[in-house]
Amino acid sequence: MKPTTKSQQKIWQRFSRRSLLIGGVQLGFAGLLGLRMRQLQIKEADQFRLLAEENRINVRLIPPERGEIYDLNGFVLAENEPTYRITIVQEDAGDVDKVLEKIRLLIELSDDDIARARSEMKRSAPFLPVTLRDRVTRAEIERVAENAPSLPGITPEVGLSRIYPLNDIFSHVVGYVGPVSSRDLERRQDDDPLLRIPRFQIGKVGIESKLENGLRGRAGARQVEVNAVGRVMRELDRREGTAGQKLQLTVDANLQSYIKARLGEESASVVVMDCKTGALRAIASAPSYDPNKFVRGISYNDYNELRDNDHRPLASKTVQDAYPPGSTFKMVTVLAALENGTITPEDTFFCPGHLDVSNRRFHCWKGGGHGKVDLVTSLKESCDVYYYELALQVGIERIADMARRLGLGEKHAVPMSAVSSGLIPDKDWKFANRGANWLIGDTVVAAIGQGYVSASPLQLAVMTARLASGLALDPQLIRAENGQTKLRTDFTELDIDPKHLKIVRDAMFSVTNDRKGTAYSSRIIADNARMAGKTGTSQVRNISEAERRSGVIKNEDLPWERRDHALFVNFAPADDPEIAVCVVVEHGGGGSAAAAPIARDITLQALYEGDPPLDAYPPKDRERIAKQQREIRAKMPDLNAVRKARV
Amino acid sequence: MSYLEYRVKAIPTGFRKIFFMNWGLVLLLVAAAAIGFLMLYSVAGGQWDPWASAQIKRFGLGLALMFVVAMTPIWFWRNVSVVAYIGSLILLIVVAYFGSVGMGAQRWIDLGFMRLQPSEVCKVTLVMVLAAYYDWLPAERVSNPIWVIFPIILILIPVGMVVTQPDLGTSLLLLFGGGAMMFLAGVHWAYFASVIAMGAGGIVAIFQSRGQTWQLLNDYQYRRIDTFLDPASDPLGAGYHITQSKIALGSGGWAGRGLMQGTQTRLNFLPEKHTDFIFTTLAEELGFIGGMSLLVIYLLILAFCWISAAQNKDRFSTLLIMGVGVTFFLFFAVNMSMVMGLAPVVGVPLPLVSYGGSAMLVLMGAFGLVQSAHVHRPRGVLR
Repeated sequence: MKPTTKSQQKIWQRFSRRSLLIGGVQLGFAGLLGLRMRQLQIKEADQFRLLAEENRINVRLIPPERGEIYDLNGFVLAENEPTYRITIVQEDAGDVDKVLEKIRLLIELSDDDIARARSEMKRSAPFLPVTLRDRVTRAEIERVAENAPSLPGITPEVGLSRIYPLNDIFSHVVGYVGPVSSRDLERRQDDDPLLRIPRFQIGKVGIESKLENGLRGRAGARQVEVNAVGRVMRELDRREGTAGQKLQLTVDANLQSYIKARLGEESASVVVMDCKTGALRAIASAPSYDPNKFVRGISYNDYNELRDNDHRPLASKTVQDAYPPGSTFKMVTVLAALENGTITPEDTFFCPGHLDVSNRRFHCWKGGGHGKVDLVTSLKESCDVYYYELALQVGIERIADMARRLGLGEKHAVPMSAVSSGLIPDKDWKFANRGANWLIGDTVVAAIGQGYVSASPLQLAVMTARLASGLALDPQLIRAENGQTKLRTDFTELDIDPKHLKIVRDAMFSVTNDRKGTAYSSRIIADNARMAGKTGTSQVRNISEAERRSGVIKNEDLPWERRDHALFVNFAPADDPEIAVCVVVEHGGGGSAAAAPIARDITLQALYEGDPPLDAYPPKDRERIAKQQREIRAKMPDLNAVRKARV
Repeated sequence: MSYLEYRVKAIPTGFRKIFFMNWGLVLLLVAAAAIGFLMLYSVAGGQWDPWASAQIKRFGLGLALMFVVAMTPIWFWRNVSVVAYIGSLILLIVVAYFGSVGMGAQRWIDLGFMRLQPSEVCKVTLVMVLAAYYDWLPAERVSNPIWVIFPIILILIPVGMVVTQPDLGTSLLLLFGGGAMMFLAGVHWAYFASVIAMGAGGIVAIFQSRGQTWQLLNDYQYRRIDTFLDPASDPLGAGYHITQSKIALGSGGWAGRGLMQGTQTRLNFLPEKHTDFIFTTLAEELGFIGGMSLLVIYLLILAFCWISAAQNKDRFSTLLIMGVGVTFFLFFAVNMSMVMGLAPVVGVPLPLVSYGGSAMLVLMGAFGLVQSAHVHRPRGVLR
């Protein structure tokens, strides 16, 4: 049987030649492998056998110390404590049942512990250690050590474990660590051998997770000589690893503890931002949880309780939750109008209590209306109709652009988990995500921070800090790594006319200092600490026309989860802003009643770095505030008991 | 020339085909797999669980697959080559987009009883589609530039997708396997010379790009290259594997320490000793003799393929058999060089021996194709 054409014949010959060549290459390579094997196994066998048999050199990892985390003043937020655990090696134990029976007489072992260890033993190879119990006491370790000869395969081991001395104060910021899971290994493209150590602790949430690589450090190694069953006989060589980076945060443990105590049982979040550097002095969300429980392995009951709580203690509300900003968004709308030249501060609109736009009636919060309203009055009394009118003239694109310039709708780069970007809607967004065209009514509600608009408390704090400073500040949480400062200071001026910013700042001042301002009752009267702010009350339900006719139901008469969110943003001192504050109380009711008083207390606490003198408050509040201060002090943890590092 | 031109009547039919299979090859495959079972039994400390028993079941499945594939006429496989190739590409896309959802990593699709790695499937379907392509292509066009570009694209699509998984080892195997197919098909040698020159340039570029903004490889891949070039630089990471692997291998000596007596592989923390590093255990416990035996079995498998190809006059069949042979060779050559410290650590299993489902099933399927080509080879003269 022969190929028919000449070229077929040629290609056939070529195939034969080339398969011969490839066969030759394969044979040659196999020969090379054989030679290499001969070199390793026969020529150098003695040398390797010496290494292997007589010394039985084994390289063991030394886990590095995880980097500690401090606050601004050096109070330790996360550190490491030695812990002891008992492990068993099946192969060395021989009769596992018998050994387990014996060890149960010495240390406390629940049936759960035994069941878990047994299933772990079934899955892993017989020569690998399996942990029987973590966190045994020193006394128990000693008992085990004394009885070592009758407990083959049992080894007490010492290790470091993470502890958070301030418990729930910084849980949402710092996060927590836990044993490496197979999901962690898949999620992180990481071939660090440390991750293969059973139960090695790795960051799961918050800074612990986001800055894991720096905090972890590099493993050290020790060469040890082991006997025939793998027990360490002596150490031959030791190379220390590098400890993890020590992080100093910008947060102030004093202030944050105060905020946690001040918020009490509310479901709320607070951000305090430095107006010069963008450093976050406090970023708290309440209620909170104890991260130490997660490190130790939280019980089902405890976890379910946290998960099912309607105040959502696990949520990091400051960055993760985006709320309709309500009236706190009005600064954005008014700046968009000023920058666009649509209005001057003197222009007025008439507010009859509502505005009809394309067959729909949009209501002002004040049923009877505000009458003739100019810019300052509109912010001071939070007139909605004024902003409906602005919206019609300015349009959503300019409002959205201004919002973005002020840091809304942007996912800020803070090393916390689940940072939300909020939402600043525009025409393209609605078309792409809702499949519908933008309606003029959408612009009208967006102008007062309702509808599709949403922002996280962090974003609102950034917005306020940018308004107050005129700088394009970004939030910062890391002050220093290993003592080297990481704070950025290279912020540029905002692309907004400083004159317009001044107009808005002055209007915000009148909100808290003018007798008719919505937050007048929460004013500060100390001249060096006056604040300027804006209240916000964002609806979480629709109010029907029928309800409007019969009178809008008061918040107090609604179930908790249908009440309005209370918001307040402010900066202080008003003439030379140092800090910007955002307070959001979920379902707290009105911004002026529920959020502004909290913001005032926090502002003063931050400016005076502790309890402020009572004469900063208006005279009629002083007695109540004095009592409140005593109550809060009693609730705050004692920071003197916390170790303070030199920073 | 194709099956249309030979006398179909001379080819065995029905269950009689079983007698015409290449039984020597079957025995060799069983022998190699048996060594694998023994080692998995030993690595688990003399227990069938967790690895050996599962591996035996998979091999049984693989044998069944091989027989089914072998009984099916080779022209059927030729006709479905393109479909199989496209199917495997779709599987690759599926892992890229859905593999990470659920619990699987990017390389797997979880089938319940095993994890399917589409990149393994691709190794065979690529060989099939290239063989079918050159079977179809008139001989005088083989070196024509236009007709050379097409198979290059066929090779580069799966290579590109596997590289982004990221799985450098498998993508290099695909690249070399595909290149060997083109070489065997008779593409002019000048193409290969220029590709080799370009490859050399590429390697230089890869090293130059390190630390630059246009860095070509991942950091961990550079680290692996570093540790390969100088294992002492990172005795804890991948260098640890190489050093320990060499000590274990070397301490085996002539006859080894005996089954389950290997101290190094058992005492040391080699996490992949039942998969990629299983050869270390073999060489330590059964010594030079054990290691060489496996190498010889592998070479005999190659020789059987080579002889079968030489007997066959059908172009698709010959290319397919040689292609499967080359793929098989690349598997064990890369794995063995890696454990002996001759190549960087890339995740390539030892064929038929390492614990793992996908590679085993795909290889057995590929040998089924070789058997099918052998059974259905043209016999007698042209009409």
